[in-house]
Amino acid sequence: MNYHPFILPFSLGAIFLFAVISFKFILWIRNLDRKQRYFVNKNIFSFKTISAFWEVIREALIHRNIYKKNPLLGYMHMSLAFGWFLLIVVGKIESSLYAGTFFEEPWLAIFFKYFAKEQHEFFGAAFFSFAMDFLLLIVLSGVFLAVIKRFISKFVGIKKATKHNKFDRIALASLWWIFPLRLLAESSTAAISGNGDFLTGSVGTLLKAIPVEALELPLWWAYSSVLCIFFVSLPFSRYMHIPTEIVLVFLRKWGATIGEQYSGLTDIQINSCSRCGICIDACQLNFAASINNVQSVYFIRDTRYGNLTDNVANNCLMCGRCVEACPVGLELTLVRQQLRNKAEIPGKHYFDYSQAKTIKDKTDVIYFAGCMTHLTPTIIIAMKKIFNEAGIRFWFMDEDKGLCCGRPMRQQGYIQQSKDLISKNMRLIASSGAKLLVTSCPICYKSFTEEYVLDIPVMHHSEYIKTLIDNKSLKLNKTDLSIVFHDPCELGRGSGIYEQPRDILKQVGELRKCSLEREEALCCGGSLANTVIELETQIKIRNHALEVLTESKPEVLATACPLCKKSFIHGNKAKVMDIAEIVAENIILQTKIKTLTKQSMHLTKDLKTKIN
Amino acid sequence: MNNKNVIIIGGGPAGIEAAFNLANNDISVTLFEKESQPGGNVKNWAKLFPDFGDASVVRKELTDKLKHNNIKFLANTKIDNLKWENNNWVAITDKDEKHTADIALLATGFEVFDARRKEELGYGIYDNVITSVDFEEMYKTGKILTTEGKIPERIAFLNCVGSRDEKVGNHYCSRVCCITAVKQAIEFKELVPQAQAYCFYMDMRMAGQFYEELYRKSQEEFGVNYIRGRISEAAVTMDKRIQIKAEDTLSALPMKITVDILVLMVGIESSESTLKLSTDNNIVGPYGFAKSKSLFGKDNYSEKKGLFLAGTCKRPLTLPETIADGRSAAIEIINYLRLLDEELGI
Repeated sequence: MNYHPFILPFSLGAIFLFAVISFKFILWIRNLDRKQRYFVNKNIFSFKTISAFWEVIREALIHRNIYKKNPLLGYMHMSLAFGWFLLIVVGKIESSLYAGTFFEEPWLAIFFKYFAKEQHEFFGAAFFSFAMDFLLLIVLSGVFLAVIKRFISKFVGIKKATKHNKFDRIALASLWWIFPLRLLAESSTAAISGNGDFLTGSVGTLLKAIPVEALELPLWWAYSSVLCIFFVSLPFSRYMHIPTEIVLVFLRKWGATIGEQYSGLTDIQINSCSRCGICIDACQLNFAASINNVQSVYFIRDTRYGNLTDNVANNCLMCGRCVEACPVGLELTLVRQQLRNKAEIPGKHYFDYSQAKTIKDKTDVIYFAGCMTHLTPTIIIAMKKIFNEAGIRFWFMDEDKGLCCGRPMRQQGYIQQSKDLISKNMRLIASSGAKLLVTSCPICYKSFTEEYVLDIPVMHHSEYIKTLIDNKSLKLNKTDLSIVFHDPCELGRGSGIYEQPRDILKQVGELRKCSLEREEALCCGGSLANTVIELETQIKIRNHALEVLTESKPEVLATACPLCKKSFIHGNKAKVMDIAEIVAENIILQTKIKTLTKQSMHLTKDLKTKIN
Repeated sequence: MNNKNVIIIGGGPAGIEAAFNLANNDISVTLFEKESQPGGNVKNWAKLFPDFGDASVVRKELTDKLKHNNIKFLANTKIDNLKWENNNWVAITDKDEKHTADIALLATGFEVFDARRKEELGYGIYDNVITSVDFEEMYKTGKILTTEGKIPERIAFLNCVGSRDEKVGNHYCSRVCCITAVKQAIEFKELVPQAQAYCFYMDMRMAGQFYEELYRKSQEEFGVNYIRGRISEAAVTMDKRIQIKAEDTLSALPMKITVDILVLMVGIESSESTLKLSTDNNIVGPYGFAKSKSLFGKDNYSEKKGLFLAGTCKRPLTLPETIADGRSAAIEIINYLRLLDEELGI
């Protein structure tokens, strides 16, 4: 039997790792909620599983996403993950061929060079020897980059690196040592037995300069020991993301998503965070206001280790820029929403007033302005004009104000209270008999589309105006007004509406581009989701966003959210208008056209009678 | 000293008063005013607090002082640039004319807050939402009417529009609006005694002489209602009245009230010229006002040699304070010039 006591640290470490990971996975999978279980059961034996396998290879091994965002960082991850993976796979094949059985000692592949000292006779021995050295070289190049990255993070294009805890540092240090020690251990054996290839052989030749016989065993012991340290620290460090991410990919492919309550999937997402810190660079609190200790990476980390503070949980605009940037695709804002304070609102919250409304006469369209739109009444006036000019009869649901869609409460974690309010509103909407709900506020829009169960479609006014233009109910003047469009977080990243507002604006004026737009658009700073932000911080974020938006010196800064409009108006930097206002200002009045055509019809009649 | 000359930017109360006192001391003064008439913001006012003095009388007293032989008054002249060049202050007008002097005095004053920035209050959107300046304009006609020409049954005054408001970035108190609201509420009640007047406030800051008495009188004799709370939104009703949503913070209850006219007591902000010229000369302080060298000893001095400050270009002030500050600036300039002469041994 190929045995030496130095394999013990490695083997014990591996058993420990396997046990802890299995325990954790079983726990999390047991804690999946009903909806998540339903999807897993439904899709586990479907094509989706194969596509999950493929994604695991693409993302967990090759790291295509990171590669696309940052090639050097992508290479570093790929060389480490995929290189190590191949070292294991190719090493296993090599040792099986060598032993002539698939069931050789499990550690043989890991310490192959030490046990297989004599000349190999099995098929492809020379190829495997070369391949193993080559793979080791690839992995070592990744380690080299990782070491450089730790000390000069800008080298790999990361502006602000994550600050790590002690488990991370232990795991990281041991990870750094695994491959250099493997190289040295294999090279020392190669120096003595002459079984090295281009890399281990060459290093072995160099090692002959020192008393290598005395070093061989200590090096193999050291190699085995750092493997052990890495395995033991892995489940408690950020490297837990390596096994967890695989589970996450499968669950995601099967259709499991995060609900409103903390579940096993939340744990899986939290443990899938590699703490790469890309979210820190994406966060406006960091680059516009120099706050760099509340970002998603820290929020997820603190949640995982059970020391989440209110400040870290609440100091977030929920703008979704980090979600867009996250290479693992974690649902960061939803996790945050789950973990926010769920305390009862003191006092009564019966929302009786929302039911006290009566609907006078039935109409086709409900208009829900939203409480923020009531603070920007020009949008309401513009919408009324648009409805009237398009000849649409509508019911202004929150004309008397006081109604709320429920989302601000929800974002702050008052889920039950928000549900109460929503069910009252749903009954009211159903009783109206309308066929469409139009809202001016992207926050309300997201609430209606995601939290409500409605029989009728919901449209943000930018979508609705677009359809009115498309079906020729509205005709617009083309002007030479220069416009830049600001994508509101909840409308853009939140709801994926990017094109409709731009299509409308192009019909009215000259739409200019902006360096950060669509998925990359900045938050105006006025988000209702952040309850702890200081006014000064909000102003910094707003001013920075204004700076970016007005780069091209447009005459008008257009937006499609009353909250963004309010934030930007106070910035005093540009003329700010909602898309509805711009449209309302440029409508070619149909009423005029109609009366004109009527007049001309009368005229032709008169003419005809005269001729007759 | 009598061969020295001074340029004064701003023909409002501070600028005129300084010009007159310098002229009386044989110093030749050039006074620039961007508008066609002198008087600054006093022009907008009908009667003045706290004694209901006629603003036009005060303005005439001031403008008469410009007839002094040593004063050259240039109306319709906006100063675009002010800079220290070859040991002189040089003012460049919008017509590109250069004026050179030993001393420059900044008296560029204030502008009222643009109430359209608080869109939720409906100024510029609904007809019957007006500002305190619009109220004065209307009062000069002797009538306070809605845009439909009706006599109002209810009027509301809202304090702190653009002052003490984090959202618009102005943390400071403008100091004059509380007492102006009291004054205007009384004026309104004198014109329309049967109507109701409401005044929404955060604190009634009655810190001047006779202010408190006037506040009390407005309640006891004129029945003005004071409600502690800000108005959160205004909307228009079918009959073009203004519906207000507010909170009565003393009874901790939300309230809705419909009025015929809503008057916004707009605060004081640094004027465009104050901001531009003090920024250019690196003497800009918080909120874009010009910063004096020391609040106590050198309040008419700026950090720049030979550049002096007077009036509301420094901070919100009442009219008597502004006039006194203009006079004070004149004395400081005279002292400064005398010292210069002594140094040069003239």
